[in-house]
Amino acid sequence: MLNIIWPIFIIISYLYAICVGNVSEINQSIFESSKSAVDLSITFLGTMCLWTGIMRIAQKTSLTTQLTNLLKPIMKILFPDIKREDIAYKEITMNIVANILGLGNAATPLGLKAMKTMQKTNPKKDTLTNSMAMFIIINTASIQIIPTTVIAIRSSLGSNNPTSIILPVWIATICAAVAGTVSAKILMKKY
Amino acid sequence: MNIINYLSNMAVPMVILFIIIYGVIEKNKVYDTFIEGAKEGIQVVVNIFPTLIGIFLAVGALRSSGLVELIINILKPILQIFEIPAEIMPLALLRPISGSASMAVATDIISKHGADSVIGLIASTIMGSTETTFYTIALYTSAVGIKKTRFVLISALIADITGMLVSVAICRFMS
Repeated sequence: MLNIIWPIFIIISYLYAICVGNVSEINQSIFESSKSAVDLSITFLGTMCLWTGIMRIAQKTSLTTQLTNLLKPIMKILFPDIKREDIAYKEITMNIVANILGLGNAATPLGLKAMKTMQKTNPKKDTLTNSMAMFIIINTASIQIIPTTVIAIRSSLGSNNPTSIILPVWIATICAAVAGTVSAKILMKKY
Repeated sequence: MNIINYLSNMAVPMVILFIIIYGVIEKNKVYDTFIEGAKEGIQVVVNIFPTLIGIFLAVGALRSSGLVELIINILKPILQIFEIPAEIMPLALLRPISGSASMAVATDIISKHGADSVIGLIASTIMGSTETTFYTIALYTSAVGIKKTRFVLISALIADITGMLVSVAICRFMS
């Protein structure tokens, strides 16, 4: 996708700048952009390492299994076809817990594993089952306790209160997740 | 307003405290584990760095050429109905497509308007509450060779749009 969008952005912008006479601004932005990428990465590095460190501690404790137990009632509503003793059940909950803790690197492989397990019992191999569809929608909802990336960006850009967006993010995420799952529940009966 | 700030301020220290106490109680080597995990953070930043340069180049070109302003002026009348600031539209459109690209765009918006401005807050909240929908769907379905995705895209986009509208509403309420 970006292989198409990226060149289009650059070509159109440069041509437009030439047409309206903004060439010197364009010229300046070329060098500023690489400089700001370095600035951002360096300030970003600190907060990022802090969180991957903290979350690694969480990963090593039994916290993940505790959280898995908390998910039980939600699992029943979202995945009525998947039983507690299924392998897929464990993989799905582990993926959701990894997402909640902000362990993106751990969440994706777990998620792919869960998809493969669910595909084994899928009667129509080229079509998503209800559970698989629901699982993907949950993974697009970005359920996270601490939105670490955004906090890192905000503190690197001189915010007086980088964490002030945590509660708004929680509310927005929950609304988005509810809208996604409820619409899926309705749509899966028709399509 | 104050409660929102208070709870937001509490979240980070509480989570760190909770996790460390949990680790100590279970007799983990918390410090060694922390260092080991922090190393992984370097890799994350190193991996994202080339994308940042690429996207900053394109976003910088779009903005400095005057194109963004042109598009914003065209979209403004429509967006005003929903009280959505036109400045966040580039982020709203890129967010479902690419994580690192939308991160670069969000950074651009936040640094231009200020991290604590309404627009800065909205951009931050959208970044934190939505995901790269198209990428996630493509990754998860292609991994198992599925072609018919049924209603997944519609539901995921409903979730994204809801998240964005709620972000705008809360941030306007906050400031």
